[in-house]
Amino acid sequence: MSSAAAFPVSTTSVSGASAVRIRVSRDDIVLRSGLVLLITLLVVAVVFPLYTLLSKSFEDNDGEFVGLQNFREYFETPALFTSITNSIGVAISVAFIVLVLAFVYAYALTRTKMPLRGLFRGIALIPILAPSLLAAISLIYWFGNQGVLKSWLFGASIYGPIGVIMASCFWVFPHALMILVTALSTADARLYEAAEALRTPKWRVFWTVTLPGAKYGILSTGFIVFTLVITDFGVPKVIGGRFNVLATDVYKQVVGQQNFEMGAVVSLVLLLPAVVAFIADRWVQRKQVALLSARAVPFQPKADPLRDWLLFVFCAIIAFIFIAMLAMAAYASFVTFWPYNLSLTLKNYDFDLMDGGGWEAYYNSIRLAIYCAVFGSGLIFLGSYLVEKARGIIWLRTILHLGAMLPLAVPGLVLGIAYIFFFNHPDNPLGFLYGTMGILVICTIVHFYTVSHLTCLTALKQLDPEFEAVALSLKTPVWRTFRKVTLPVCLPTLLDVASYLFLNAMTTVSAVVFLYSPETMLASVAVLNMDDAGDIAPAAAMALMIVYTSACFRIMHGLLSRYLKRRTQVWRNQ
Amino acid sequence: MKKLINNIRQLSRGVLGMAIGLLFAIPAGAETLTVYTAVEAEDLKRYASAFNEDHPDIKIRWVRDSTGIVTAKLLAEKNNPRADVIWGLAATSLMLLQSEGMLQAYAPKGLGKLDTKFRDSANPPSWTGMDAWIAAVCVNTVEAERYNLPIPTSWMDLTDPVYKGHLVMPNPNSSGTGFLDVSSWLQIYGKHGGWQFMDNLHKNIAWYTHSGSKPCKQAARGETPIGISFAFRGAKSKAAGAPLEIVLPKEGVGWDMEATAIVNGTKKLAAAQKLVDWSITKKANKLYNQGYAVVAYPGIAKPVKHFPTGILEAMINNDFEFAAVNRKSILSEWQKRYDAKSEAK
Repeated sequence: MSSAAAFPVSTTSVSGASAVRIRVSRDDIVLRSGLVLLITLLVVAVVFPLYTLLSKSFEDNDGEFVGLQNFREYFETPALFTSITNSIGVAISVAFIVLVLAFVYAYALTRTKMPLRGLFRGIALIPILAPSLLAAISLIYWFGNQGVLKSWLFGASIYGPIGVIMASCFWVFPHALMILVTALSTADARLYEAAEALRTPKWRVFWTVTLPGAKYGILSTGFIVFTLVITDFGVPKVIGGRFNVLATDVYKQVVGQQNFEMGAVVSLVLLLPAVVAFIADRWVQRKQVALLSARAVPFQPKADPLRDWLLFVFCAIIAFIFIAMLAMAAYASFVTFWPYNLSLTLKNYDFDLMDGGGWEAYYNSIRLAIYCAVFGSGLIFLGSYLVEKARGIIWLRTILHLGAMLPLAVPGLVLGIAYIFFFNHPDNPLGFLYGTMGILVICTIVHFYTVSHLTCLTALKQLDPEFEAVALSLKTPVWRTFRKVTLPVCLPTLLDVASYLFLNAMTTVSAVVFLYSPETMLASVAVLNMDDAGDIAPAAAMALMIVYTSACFRIMHGLLSRYLKRRTQVWRNQ
Repeated sequence: MKKLINNIRQLSRGVLGMAIGLLFAIPAGAETLTVYTAVEAEDLKRYASAFNEDHPDIKIRWVRDSTGIVTAKLLAEKNNPRADVIWGLAATSLMLLQSEGMLQAYAPKGLGKLDTKFRDSANPPSWTGMDAWIAAVCVNTVEAERYNLPIPTSWMDLTDPVYKGHLVMPNPNSSGTGFLDVSSWLQIYGKHGGWQFMDNLHKNIAWYTHSGSKPCKQAARGETPIGISFAFRGAKSKAAGAPLEIVLPKEGVGWDMEATAIVNGTKKLAAAQKLVDWSITKKANKLYNQGYAVVAYPGIAKPVKHFPTGILEAMINNDFEFAAVNRKSILSEWQKRYDAKSEAK
């Protein structure tokens, strides 16, 4: 679920492109078999595992059906309610704090002439390059019992809700920011002009025009942040101390005690808030459609020195905190023996001598990220192409579209456990995938499928359906149009999706932590395991390797897409 | 553009090939044994390369985790075992697996040379010991001074309210060290007294860790003043420059053996037996001795640097039978009492 919003999510529904009945041609057969193939893939990779998870929660250790006994047992554990209230409490607090901070930040970026907006935007996206654990590790160095600024907590301990909330705010901030930036950049200038003409005070304009305009973006952000936080277990695992949350309960049951049936029960409990948030978010998205009319005039911010400088100070503080978080982890990863020997060393990067799979884990992560980027973007693009461009058979396309939307409602943790049950089942012919790189690739692609799918759909919708119509009348085969027109035009989007998948594959922990084997250890999981063994400096070092790699990749992606835009997208400006 | 697409196409072909290769890669050449272990990660490479000096044809594929997790994993895989050999797991865990019929009895070559305490008494034995790993309390002297904490000398000392929030111990459900602590307290103080002691101790614990070495590593970093862990870990952190004092409480300390066994149903029995043969040789025991002061092969143990003195006298007369038979009930009782109480203090 993490990074589910790294792209502005747009609303899309299957458009009925064909009003006329067309005779089933060779092209249709190709497209339809493509549809059926992709639906089958999604059913195998999403629906079957979830079904297995559900049925497992009704079984005992030996696989006998025991009805609701597991649930009864679970709901009778006194620890449960503490975990539920802890989880919800933390998720709501983070959602609230991040909403306020990210809203102001996004407002400064979109509605003012504040200097250095581009830089601030870049800095705020830093957390996307790192696993969520990095924030927790860094906070231990800042505010832990040996932390530099421990006294700032007035005797409170960072190990517990304070740490969890602070670290979560850090890593979900960019996700919130991106939605809010999108929400705030689509404003109708006419409303503001009218308000000005009526001499409405500024604060009133803000309450009656700006906020209502961004209403749906704000709601959507709230839901997404809530889901991200409630399903993340990396942060509470590292900095939670004795503060139990639902996500760590799942981890404890499955990894700590290998009690898979109980793990299934807890993950179903965890699925509930995620699904509710998903439905609510979809509902909100649908509401938003009619917001901007074709006659809207784009809003152009005007300078207002006092406001701009105040916001500049605000953004500078946030940006400073972000850099401080990263810098502390970077510094600590070079320290010989914190806090007693602060001389610098490279020994924490000697991963081969520690728990966590060594450097091989790092290379595995890069491999996984490349596979996900290449296969994932191809597959997802193909899927969205079929949803958008296949002629007729709307019901089949709708099924594929719904299937593609489903993963957004399934937290990574739940997906990971579902995969254990499904792929490790002795009768599953796909069992050979268990413990291989293959299952990690499939799981990661599925985990981040929806956002990529929506991004591709948005790009495809910008393409005039006339292309297909012309191609049809010229008797050009559909794959040819695809290769000559659709693909080149959508190449920048395809790159965005590949990059999104790459970054998420580098940083994700939640699903893969249940699926790796000794040969397919991953860097992000290694961070978790090294912290678990008490090797916090090497954990910081590995987390930074992920950041460096993601940053390099991001820069390369930026250069490449600029080049491509120049080469293939000139027509857009004409 | 065309060139670029061509390049991308070539690249993707390469990636595809690699992926297929990876997906279907079959370990070729040397025979590979899947070995489950709870040995410290930094030692695994040493063990494997020393073994490969004598048996280059057998590759070891380590699956490492905390004791409790490896045990739980083995139990979970009971009907479809994925391990061939267990090398370096608590004897109490192996006894539990033995009672489940999951171990293949085997008398390795040179068995007679081992200290009789370090083997399963049945003949042929189901498991053979490697070394003893012994509980200890790691006290960070700098931090203890800062908080005005006296250096504890007994387990009972640790229940003193001055230590409130300054203690960290491993969760016995996942950590073997945690379990040997709990089982030793139940043996030292009796069932009633032991739980009462832990109730009092619980009030002072800041948090429970997942791994047995983490409390000592955290004490070494000063993240907590006192970590209940094991002596070997303490000695290592001390060697790395941590201001630690390793305390052996005067009531005596719990201990467990790291031991080796063959998993019943392995398809690589011959190789597994070779590994177990090797694991009890003098050479292997010398290797264990680099970290552990007490090893199974009598007469070769040299003192380990920074290891606390008097460790042999401090080891309690551990009733392994008691620990193995009651493991499950002890753990669930522990969980009921302490895991559920998740308020911070």
